[in-house]
Amino acid sequence: MNAHLFAPELVLLAGCLLAFCMTLTEARTQTLRLLVLCVGVAFAATSVLCLFAKGTLFYGAYRVDLFSQLVKCVMSIGFTLMLLFGADTKGISVRMRPEYYFFLLTSLLGLTLLSSSVELITLFIALELSSYSLYLLVPMRTPSDSMRAPMEAAIKYLLFGVTASGIMLFGMSWIFGIAGSTYLDQILPAMRTAGSHAAPLVGLLMLFCGMFFKLAVFPFHFWAPDVYQGASNDTTAFIASIPKIVAVAVLARFCAMAYPGEGHVALLLTGLSIASMCYGNLTALVQTDVKRMLGFSGIAHAGYILMGMATLQGWGIATALYYATGYLFMMLAAFLVLCVVSPDGRNLSIKDLNGLSRRSPMLAFVLGVSMFALAGIPPFVGFMGKFMLLTGAWRAGHTALVIIAAINTAIGIYYYLQVVRAVYTEAAQHDAEPIVPYVGARMAGICLVGLVLALGIAPESMLQLAKEAVQAAW
Amino acid sequence: MDFLSMNTLGYPILSILVFLPLAGAVIVPLLPGENSVRVWTLLVTLANAVVSMPLFTRFNPTSALYQFAEHHPWIASFNVNYTLGVDGISLLLVMMTTLIMPLCVLGSWKYIQKRVKEFMICLLVMETSMLGVFMALDLVLFYVLWEAMLIPMYLLIAVWGGPRKSYASIKFFLYTLAGSVFLLVAIVALYINQGTFSIPALMGQQYSERFQLLVFLAFFIAFAIKVPMFPFHTWLPAAHVEAPTAGSVILASVLLKMGTYGFLRFCLPITPGAAIGLLPALQWLSVAGILYGGLTALAQQDMKKLIAYSSVGHMGFVTLGIFALNQRGLEGALLQMINHGVTTGALFLCVGMVYERSHSRELSDAAGLGKFMPIYVTYLTFFSLSSLAFPGTNSFVGEFLILAGAFFNNKIVAVCAIPGAVLAAAYMLRMLQRVIWGGTNNPDQSCMYDLGWREAVTLAPLLAFVFWIGLAPEPFLRVMRPSLDHLLAQTGYHAPSALALAELIAR
Repeated sequence: MNAHLFAPELVLLAGCLLAFCMTLTEARTQTLRLLVLCVGVAFAATSVLCLFAKGTLFYGAYRVDLFSQLVKCVMSIGFTLMLLFGADTKGISVRMRPEYYFFLLTSLLGLTLLSSSVELITLFIALELSSYSLYLLVPMRTPSDSMRAPMEAAIKYLLFGVTASGIMLFGMSWIFGIAGSTYLDQILPAMRTAGSHAAPLVGLLMLFCGMFFKLAVFPFHFWAPDVYQGASNDTTAFIASIPKIVAVAVLARFCAMAYPGEGHVALLLTGLSIASMCYGNLTALVQTDVKRMLGFSGIAHAGYILMGMATLQGWGIATALYYATGYLFMMLAAFLVLCVVSPDGRNLSIKDLNGLSRRSPMLAFVLGVSMFALAGIPPFVGFMGKFMLLTGAWRAGHTALVIIAAINTAIGIYYYLQVVRAVYTEAAQHDAEPIVPYVGARMAGICLVGLVLALGIAPESMLQLAKEAVQAAW
Repeated sequence: MDFLSMNTLGYPILSILVFLPLAGAVIVPLLPGENSVRVWTLLVTLANAVVSMPLFTRFNPTSALYQFAEHHPWIASFNVNYTLGVDGISLLLVMMTTLIMPLCVLGSWKYIQKRVKEFMICLLVMETSMLGVFMALDLVLFYVLWEAMLIPMYLLIAVWGGPRKSYASIKFFLYTLAGSVFLLVAIVALYINQGTFSIPALMGQQYSERFQLLVFLAFFIAFAIKVPMFPFHTWLPAAHVEAPTAGSVILASVLLKMGTYGFLRFCLPITPGAAIGLLPALQWLSVAGILYGGLTALAQQDMKKLIAYSSVGHMGFVTLGIFALNQRGLEGALLQMINHGVTTGALFLCVGMVYERSHSRELSDAAGLGKFMPIYVTYLTFFSLSSLAFPGTNSFVGEFLILAGAFFNNKIVAVCAIPGAVLAAAYMLRMLQRVIWGGTNNPDQSCMYDLGWREAVTLAPLLAFVFWIGLAPEPFLRVMRPSLDHLLAQTGYHAPSALALAELIAR
């Protein structure tokens, strides 16, 4: 086995072991944070170094190509920036912190494995590893009266997740029945020769369900707002950003199999895209809890991403990948502010952000940029991504989808603007004190704003990379 | 690329114009103290105005090409390019923008006391995006700059605005953005149809009638909201009234022009068939705007609201000129765009100066200023006369050309628009009468001291333009003529000629 092909995963594995050891020691706060940060940086560094690595491992079940490496790179950078958010993890009791980081790392490991898996069982195990870790992270929040019980959120998450996994497993068995193999590269030709019979189509659609759950696509979205609201701010930052890009990546691999009944799959993806956009945007309009609002808006964004998937063409999927990358950074920027502003890790309502521009101009700026970016205003990545998705969808003949998406963009502006309005035009409460963000948070803020802006102004290199990556995966 | 005349100045003048303010904005946070920020912003905007001078002096007025052009690939995989250029249509708008910006800084000198740094950054970012919009020759570049402008403008109203700033800013943002969404759809549709985002390349192509109609309507909604044309104007009074002086000036002088610029740049040359088919409806909408704007302005007690509604009427004249679709009308429309920028910008500055002193914009509170502020009322008189299109001032030339153009195209429409000019006289003279000679309500007039040199200097260049354009409009008309002729040729529309009309009347 070539160790360098597996280097990022090895680093993470070592990190997991280290975190596990920390659960046995007394080190609870700073040492622990520093250690996890080192793991994050090492993971990011190895991911970047291995960006152009190529090869297969574990009897072909694990493929290292530009596609998987790009996803790992984005994920690792996002994760490292996320670790910089606060001087401590406010919503998690000190006693639980080593376990918190341990499960965070195992979830990340699961996601990393998922992005390279090209065999159904490996894929399933990786998915479950990441999901179960997250199911455990949600109820770790220290409960308080003012919030929806974290336990309720966790149980909802678990039940929906397990159901989605079950359906996905069922789809896998179906596909195994048709293709006689669990390897994607062997399934692909079998699916092509299977023609437009119903069986491969049903199998494929069930296979999609697992990823739809992760992405919170309508009607697999029910968990999202509750979990966003119930989990601690840091956990939500993770759940809202990093698993999404992996879900997009795996969905992209599955889309390559969509040859039987291509029209049906495209139609289904289009329908789900429209439903997600409309439902997510309309329900987000009336939310007052910022995290819950972001949860609903996440459903809408999943709809935008599905627009790229619905083209079932290489560059359409590349733009979806590009958009998901941008989405990750935009979301992290928003959560950075929530994590820093929230005094004791509680949920913030839009009102709590009133007058933030007075309390901390920098945080207000970061939040403003992320909101405008999520709303799809140029010159940020949210606009460029949406623009490319719209162009791709129109080119693939989904004119109605484009028009509905455009109208949805306009609807979405309203609730993002509510946040900006609270930040910039409303007066802060009398007892609101200035916030001086911790140096790590400041660095993360600058990096995230830079990334959101740079990806929007100069999308070419990322887009080319995504294109090549999709070619490598297909 | 045969429609571009590449830049031969030896330096990329257009890029410098676009990015100089942005570079200036990057420096602002590093400056100590509020006054240094003001001085710096003034210097940057003045420098930009100086840099723009060669555009006018070195522009070839006999050519309809896009001059000083720059062309670089931007997003190669989507065939998006960074292409800038100016022709006779955009040249004057670029010049006006660079002229207005230093005046906005001067007009905000005392008016803005809180968060000066952020304010000046917003102004500079605005300048970058506004200039970029007038120069962009690529649809994506155009759209990015068109939309990017919303953020600083939103903040200008939302942070430094009046009591109802929150409402006004959100209304402004949502309205214009809703329009922009249609613009985006039109852009994507054109790209799918032709495979390019290059604006000149998209002009004069053959599109099916249905496609033209859909694209035209999408463009039209976006631009009509920006102009704003009746009945899409409801965001404008709120935004104007609540915005700080500089915001109102930018809105009136530059932002509204982007809508009419869009008509000239996109609707007529790219979808001429649809535009010609809808001409009567568009002309009547313009007339409705003229009359509605005039009548509502007549009923206003708030000076800023009065000028805001008068803008609806004036912009109605501009769209009437555009949709007359003949040489006179187009020349008048483009000239009137500049005129409105100069005059209404100046009037908003004037209102801001009163507001700075008395913290009121009510006509009754500003009554009888002639006694206390002779220099001020002199300026106000000239700008008001210009606004009501008094002969010898700039607007007279513009309105005359527009009405002449409209008359050649559709006599009934032109006749119906004429009361608009009368209404303008009515509301402007009413304002002047109250402000200059009206009885004072307010016993304490001690705060109403006359203009200082900074304020006088702010208004002086605008007054110079009022008379320059009013007395010798030829240098301005000369630069726009070839481009407008080319535009008319692209639409392929032959309006009833003057001769035929004369014959008709003689019969």
